[in-house]
Amino acid sequence: MEHLDELRAELTGAIENAESPTALEELRVAALGKKGSVTSLMKGLGAMEPEARKNAGAALNALKDELAAAIDARKKILSAAELDTRLVQEALDVTLPARPEAAGGIHPISQTIDEVTAILGEMGFAVAEGPDIEDDWYNFGALNIPPEHPARQEHDTFYLPGTRDGHRLLLRTHTSPVQVRTMLAGKPPIRIIVPGRTFRCDYDATHSPMFHQIEGLLVDETTHMGHLKGCLVELCRTFFGVDDLPVRFRPSYFPFTEPSAEVDIGCTREGGRFRIGHGDEWLEILGCGMVNPKVLEHGGIDPARYQGFAFGVGIERLAMLKYGIPDLRTFYESDLRWLRHYGFSALAAPNLIEGLSR
Amino acid sequence: MKLTLSWLKEHLETDATLENIVAALPALGLDVDSVVDRGESLRGFVVAKVSEAKPHPDADRLSVCRVDTGSGTVEVVCGAPNAHTGLTGVFAPSGSYIPGTGITLKETKIRGVISNGMLLSEREMGLSDNHDQIIELPDDAPLGAPAAEVMGLGDPVIDIEITPNRADCLGVRGIARDLAATGIGTLKPLAAAPVEGAFDSPIKVRLEFGAEDSSPCPYFIGRTIRGVKNVESPQWLKDRLIAIGLRPISALVDITNLMAIGHCRPMHVFDADKIRGDVHVRLARQGEKLTALDGETYALDPSMTVIADDDGVQSLGGVIGGERTGCTGDTVTVFVESAYFDPIRTAATGRGLNVITDARYRFERGVDPAMVRAGMEIATRLILDICGGEASALAVAGAEPAWARDIDFRTARLETLGGVALPPATLETVLTALGFSVQSDGAVWRVSVPSWRGDIVGEADLVEEILRVHGYDKIPAVSLPRAESMPQPASTPAQVRRKTARRTLAARGLHEAVTYSFMSSTLVESFGVVSEEMYLSNPISSDLDVMRPSILPNLIAAAGRNADRGFGDGALFEVGPQYAGAAPEDQSMVAAGIRAGQTGPRHWATPPRACDLYDAKADAYAVLDAAGAPVQSLQIVRETPAWYHPGRSGALTLGPKTVVAWFGEIHPRVLTAMGVKGPIVGFEVLLDNLPAPKTRKGPAKSPLDLSAFQPIERDFAFVVDAHVDAAALIRAAAAADKTLIARVDVFDVFEGGSIEAGKKSIALAVTLQPVEKTLTEADIDAVAQKIIDGVGKATGAALRTQ
Repeated sequence: MEHLDELRAELTGAIENAESPTALEELRVAALGKKGSVTSLMKGLGAMEPEARKNAGAALNALKDELAAAIDARKKILSAAELDTRLVQEALDVTLPARPEAAGGIHPISQTIDEVTAILGEMGFAVAEGPDIEDDWYNFGALNIPPEHPARQEHDTFYLPGTRDGHRLLLRTHTSPVQVRTMLAGKPPIRIIVPGRTFRCDYDATHSPMFHQIEGLLVDETTHMGHLKGCLVELCRTFFGVDDLPVRFRPSYFPFTEPSAEVDIGCTREGGRFRIGHGDEWLEILGCGMVNPKVLEHGGIDPARYQGFAFGVGIERLAMLKYGIPDLRTFYESDLRWLRHYGFSALAAPNLIEGLSR
Repeated sequence: MKLTLSWLKEHLETDATLENIVAALPALGLDVDSVVDRGESLRGFVVAKVSEAKPHPDADRLSVCRVDTGSGTVEVVCGAPNAHTGLTGVFAPSGSYIPGTGITLKETKIRGVISNGMLLSEREMGLSDNHDQIIELPDDAPLGAPAAEVMGLGDPVIDIEITPNRADCLGVRGIARDLAATGIGTLKPLAAAPVEGAFDSPIKVRLEFGAEDSSPCPYFIGRTIRGVKNVESPQWLKDRLIAIGLRPISALVDITNLMAIGHCRPMHVFDADKIRGDVHVRLARQGEKLTALDGETYALDPSMTVIADDDGVQSLGGVIGGERTGCTGDTVTVFVESAYFDPIRTAATGRGLNVITDARYRFERGVDPAMVRAGMEIATRLILDICGGEASALAVAGAEPAWARDIDFRTARLETLGGVALPPATLETVLTALGFSVQSDGAVWRVSVPSWRGDIVGEADLVEEILRVHGYDKIPAVSLPRAESMPQPASTPAQVRRKTARRTLAARGLHEAVTYSFMSSTLVESFGVVSEEMYLSNPISSDLDVMRPSILPNLIAAAGRNADRGFGDGALFEVGPQYAGAAPEDQSMVAAGIRAGQTGPRHWATPPRACDLYDAKADAYAVLDAAGAPVQSLQIVRETPAWYHPGRSGALTLGPKTVVAWFGEIHPRVLTAMGVKGPIVGFEVLLDNLPAPKTRKGPAKSPLDLSAFQPIERDFAFVVDAHVDAAALIRAAAAADKTLIARVDVFDVFEGGSIEAGKKSIALAVTLQPVEKTLTEADIDAVAQKIIDGVGKATGAALRTQ
């Protein structure tokens, strides 16, 4: 057993110097394998005297453990080095572009409708709808615009050849026909908004043959002009995100409201940049008024008992003003570059809790 | 409606400045389009005389003028051909701003000669485009006087937008009355005392409407004035007309224009010597024609009101006069007409013949019936003053249309409808100032409407009158009381479904487009048979003349335009209406989309590929899934509309009849017809065909049932006739053991190679989910055999052997 120290020195030295896991494994087999040098010594124990066997056995076991530990330690060092080498070899060009994912978008018209709906929904208005192909009773007659009324000429109506219940078919020139449809279908109290397509036979830089409006109608027994002002002031301020936005009501005329008003908001072009808010200019933004008693009658509602207000606002105009979109006609061109620039994230569904626009 | 400040002040006694007046108008509902105060913008330009003009020493076309400005003499270099000694013109001194060029003048040296100002052309003054010569004023114009005043430009012009209900404000006097009601001034009394007739009018008037009622023209007053001189109008009258954009013609004609604009009382003057017999007012006869004062000849029909003599039609009532009986410089006897023409008929006539005149514009909005007679007296006085002569007695036919009307006015309505409480005295003051007469006792007043306010028919109108004079800005804004403490959902389930479809598609990389509801009739045939009733009667262009039966054509056209701009790859969608017919129920809501070109940009790791029908299929399924459709129950059939590739498209149905979506390649013939390069794939999800979202079960989800055992996957490669649908194999495999088989995926499809002709190989990955115990190999083999047998029986497929 006098060779044991020598053997230990030899083997541990070899282990510490092993350059690869393979070399290390060879050393392990050479020492601790079935025919290994240490195993052979272990085998020789059987021929020894019990006392000598006890001592030698303990020493050999200690050596075996020591060598196993050294091999393990060396193995960890070697595999760490190997991993380091591999990692270096595996290095990639992190500046390469990631795999592309197509991003789509929501059109500003839809986004604006959703924004206005979020505000007015909070005030208890529900969304109502009606057909785009209307007849001249719902579009005009029921709204107190008789056939030869000058207001009818101003509407530049698209007509279709047919009739419905004896009334000429047309493309609705405003969302107001839904007022009458809603009144006929239900009973007060009524609080509805009607976003939708509208059509006028006109095409130039500021007119499109199709555009969008959002109509509002409230009918109950007590709502007056002060409420109309309150509702629309809050709508404008919330929509544009300007808490103290100046809002002005001017007398005007619509056959379906009485009294009628046009609403202006403050703006400025100071420094050559257009901005909604305090300024020296006014910008017309919507028309409104108290529902004309005749319209209530046509809707089957007793004007002696009920009253209310109505308003209509152009969606594209709101979008243009809020988002700085310069040209009306571009809304309908479906130019991918425009849609990418002015579109909204699919996830940016407007609500008042997170703020209307993000 | 244009008017000048001095014209307004003819009716309104006021010290208010132009600025105050302009500020008060919009608050009354009289929106100001523009204010042009040339006296202000041309301030500093003075009348001056060229005392000597001589050629410029160094330039052929220039002259050097010594100009007497009234306050001194300066030297000016001038390029105008008409610059000559003795010319009286308009002088702008150095330092003044020239509106026509936008330049501020500086003292400059022109070819060696110092020029101390400028003699102006009309263009430089901003008056016209005339820049051929400098302005020449009358020789007696006072030197040094403000040029704008001398030229009749000193009177500020206000352009007001009049809403269709306010016919009374189509006269300067109506605007003056509204302003007076605000307290800015007082309305001057109207001088309309009758002019006594010196003789009976030799021309009589008859209304000839036969058995019909006389509503086309219920009231007609004529008067002959003899011995007139139809001179050029006096300067003040010409200035007024020019200021508002009317051309002075002759005193008689100018006076009728003055009446139309000043009093909203359109009138007409006939040369009495050219009228044969009496004047009768009747409906036109078929075939009659009139050559009017605008030089056009109009073919008339029996819906039109005419003024005729024994010779035929001489004037189109309320619209335009005739050429033959028009007044000229030679007119010595004039027959003046003041009548009331029915608004509706006048509007229809004017529209039918496409004649727009100041008279028609006023009659069709409803003029003041009480002004028919008063207007005649005012006009008579003006004619006698300006043209001299002697007036006859009135020749009257018909009677003033009844206009008197009372409204019961509950004064509390001002607060309950108008939202503002005012003392009764204020209400009465405002109404009286506007011309109403008021019996103001008790809570309900009796209010009589003045003759000029045909638009006032009820209580709400009176509330508006008071509010607008009081000021809308003084109505306190009140927040809407909530109907309920928490609002109900604003959108219906169908509306929510559309929003979800939108945001789902946008999240999948498609861009939302909003395209017109109409399309071109030349392309519509590719998208089905469209009935005649869907063609617009008055389209804006042939590209947009029929209601779209599908959204796809507009999206395909958009893809074509994008490709033409160099953006051939892209995905668009629209959620909107399509129209199968004119009835409300024929309009349906559809989510449609297209993908064109490659799936993405070229990329080092994932090369793009051409979009194919499976992209469109995925889009359709995504929308359906998001919309809450029972996606597992959908069937796929091959019957698709003609605009899809017949072999590369499918329909998704719920049950045998209800189609909920189509997807596939767009038919190459359609793309060719549209001039768009393909292939393009598309889908249409018919949202309205989906069953209503289930609300019966409530929001709770079914319990989550998790298995304790690991799933196992086994692959099967089948060889089957090439025409057999993959879906048949999937269905049969899944049916082999409905408890254990959790999913079946197709992971490989190929034809050719080792596969015999007419056959294809379809490889399925079947996932088994043990429920009760871990499966033994024997269990798995048993299921596998059931799958092989089931698929074989259903489709004739055999397990691939090589």
